[in-house]
Amino acid sequence: MAIPNKPMGELPAVANPEIVEKEVDYLIVGGGMAACGTAFEMKKWAPDASILLVDKAAMERSGAVAQGLSAINTYLGDNDPADYVRMVRNDLMGVVREDLIYDLGRHVDDSIRLFEEWGLPIWKVKGDEGKSIKDGGQPVRTGKWQIMINGESYKCIVAEAAKKALGEENILERVFIVKLLLDANKENTIAGAVGFSTRENKVYVIKCKTMMVAAGGAVNVYRPRSTGEGKGRAWYPIWNSGSTYTMCMEVGAEMTMMENRFTPSRFKDGYGPVGAWFLLFKAKVSNGLGESYVGTDRANAELAKYEPYGSSAVTPTCLRNHLMLFEMKEGRGPIMMDTPTALANLAKDMDKKQMKHLEAEAWEDFLDMSVGQAGLWAGTNTEPEKKSSEIMPTEPYLLGSHSGCCGIWVSGPNEDWVPAEYKWGYNRMTTVNGLFTSGDGVGASGHKFSSGSHAEGRMAAKAMVRYVRDHADLAPALKQSAQELADIVYKPVKHYLEHAKYTTDVRVNPNYIKPDGLSMRLMKLTDEYGAGQTVYYMTSGALLKICLDGLKVLREDAEKMAAGDLHELMRAWEMYHRIWTAEMHVGHINYRQESRYPGFYYRSDHPTVDEENWKCFVNSKFNPETQELEFKKVELKQIIPA
Amino acid sequence: MPSFVIDEKCDGCKGGDKTACMYICPNDLMVLDANAMKAYNQEPDACWECYSCVKICPQGAIEIRGYSDFVPLGGSVVPMRSSDSIMWTIKFRNGTLKRFKFPIRTTAEGAANAYEDARGKDLDSELLFNEEAEGYTLVTP
Repeated sequence: MAIPNKPMGELPAVANPEIVEKEVDYLIVGGGMAACGTAFEMKKWAPDASILLVDKAAMERSGAVAQGLSAINTYLGDNDPADYVRMVRNDLMGVVREDLIYDLGRHVDDSIRLFEEWGLPIWKVKGDEGKSIKDGGQPVRTGKWQIMINGESYKCIVAEAAKKALGEENILERVFIVKLLLDANKENTIAGAVGFSTRENKVYVIKCKTMMVAAGGAVNVYRPRSTGEGKGRAWYPIWNSGSTYTMCMEVGAEMTMMENRFTPSRFKDGYGPVGAWFLLFKAKVSNGLGESYVGTDRANAELAKYEPYGSSAVTPTCLRNHLMLFEMKEGRGPIMMDTPTALANLAKDMDKKQMKHLEAEAWEDFLDMSVGQAGLWAGTNTEPEKKSSEIMPTEPYLLGSHSGCCGIWVSGPNEDWVPAEYKWGYNRMTTVNGLFTSGDGVGASGHKFSSGSHAEGRMAAKAMVRYVRDHADLAPALKQSAQELADIVYKPVKHYLEHAKYTTDVRVNPNYIKPDGLSMRLMKLTDEYGAGQTVYYMTSGALLKICLDGLKVLREDAEKMAAGDLHELMRAWEMYHRIWTAEMHVGHINYRQESRYPGFYYRSDHPTVDEENWKCFVNSKFNPETQELEFKKVELKQIIPA
Repeated sequence: MPSFVIDEKCDGCKGGDKTACMYICPNDLMVLDANAMKAYNQEPDACWECYSCVKICPQGAIEIRGYSDFVPLGGSVVPMRSSDSIMWTIKFRNGTLKRFKFPIRTTAEGAANAYEDARGKDLDSELLFNEEAEGYTLVTP
């Protein structure tokens, strides 16, 4: 967004950028937890190969863990990976890829042991202080799968190991990859990518034999509850713009479960985490009447509408949201987290020093990963031992690593126990030859979080090396010239320079639209018609049609985006990625004629969970030749018994 | 909760080719006004308040002012980050002060073992290199 005293960015864009061409064996797009995992593991298997990692930001603080985290949410320890599958399957309403989840569960702890060795402080139970997990130290668990950490520098530590493993000379920071490129000679095979520097007028055209795309999920696709400065306080990282999904979809990678979304219930406005408050401090929520509404007859009647998930031993996240929304819609808000009672209960058996420690733990939960929530408490004089805080579901987010599972359809491990339909040779490879993903990119396999994303990036790295070994004849060739590609990437700049002088204000011009304007239009459309927060996440076939028609026009207008500087060019491409991501999401909701995730979204015309007809995946595929997006049902295979 | 730069304290990182805040901001928000030799946040409504710029600024010139949408004025949250710990000072609107110190790292900066010389052996197994080295047995359902 242009600001009044600075109508232009500090780095103006020019019509004809310098073009840099590169060719490597392995290209890693992204720099977050998953990409760091790939970077760390790759050279162990391909020591002499050429590898390049390209990050839109600086790896030290990029991706979803940039700010830090207060917990590692997937640690198995003595748990059976089969139980991990059961937990994820239940929470995601039955429709998941059990092979991918089981596979992740058996590798994730290896990454956690490495994090600790690298320097990440992990809380230990009394008596095990100073003893590493590797040496048998027992971490402090909050719930069955989560452990607590002092995670302010989590990403710095993980990035450090990745950068050392790969070598600084093999890393390009501040370069935004915006399009993937198919091979000119080999059908359905990846051959490279194109992007640009956000710091100098330079376009990068990179050829490769195989590629990891792990560039996170999608934020600000839906209108957030705070639309001024507070738009920045997204629950998931605001710089995640759906690049993973759009770029892979555009080259024909089959997508899965793009209808899935996550609308987490968090502390209102500041979006601070609630996990530790529920699981560690045992806090309870109540409605505006002071009632603990969970467990009431009316709440149980609501859950009974969505069997068999409603009566499962652990209520799925979306149904917990549903109960909260039910109270809110009936006028029984606000929903309050009773922090004073929780802390008072814990304090009963504590001395003063232990109390001080408890208070520090409560604040650290925010300060490690969501400092803004601490700022909100400070600004509103909220001391959690004295004053309760409001909880509310956020705007929708699209992701595949947290408690959501939209993403790309990938191969499972090439092992006998994996159903034939789920494997095509290379673990975590998409349906495009040589194109891999991990973390938020992998669909139908949620609940991997930071640790699982790192482990998954490593698992894929090994499969990528195997792919290159098995395809010794790979000689990537591009369909378009470097100049043609540069012209595509810089189209918003050329468009701006061509038209900007027509009006006296560069922001308002009938020939173009700026990314910030387009962003507001996207968020209005998705919110009002695509089950956003202002309509309590409700939509229908009729509303979805309006949304899809609007998105199509939006995509046409996106061709007229204008960028006057390099920062704005980044925003323009992020918007392009967001629009396609929204179209996939809404298209999937439209195709799935039921409400699989009540509490995340509802279809008024198909309001129930329809196990008979829709306990299956919905996959979609964009045909790069015909430019058509097609949807289909894919059969679900159960591997782990109930 | 956008970051802001205190005019008097910012020295533009003394004319280096990029400032510390520009280097670190995950959302490409911090830029240097080369004429004034001062940094500023070019897009406050895209600030995640991740505090990366606040923590890294060598002059302590960057702070955060709560989002105007919902944070009343007067409070502040200020970190002091060293190589092994972070100290937070929280000032409430009503003047109440709280201070917390947490460890952030148990090893020296730069000491993470990247196993640069380690090599995997069996490319066809499903084991990661470290699992292979430690004799981990892969379970199956």
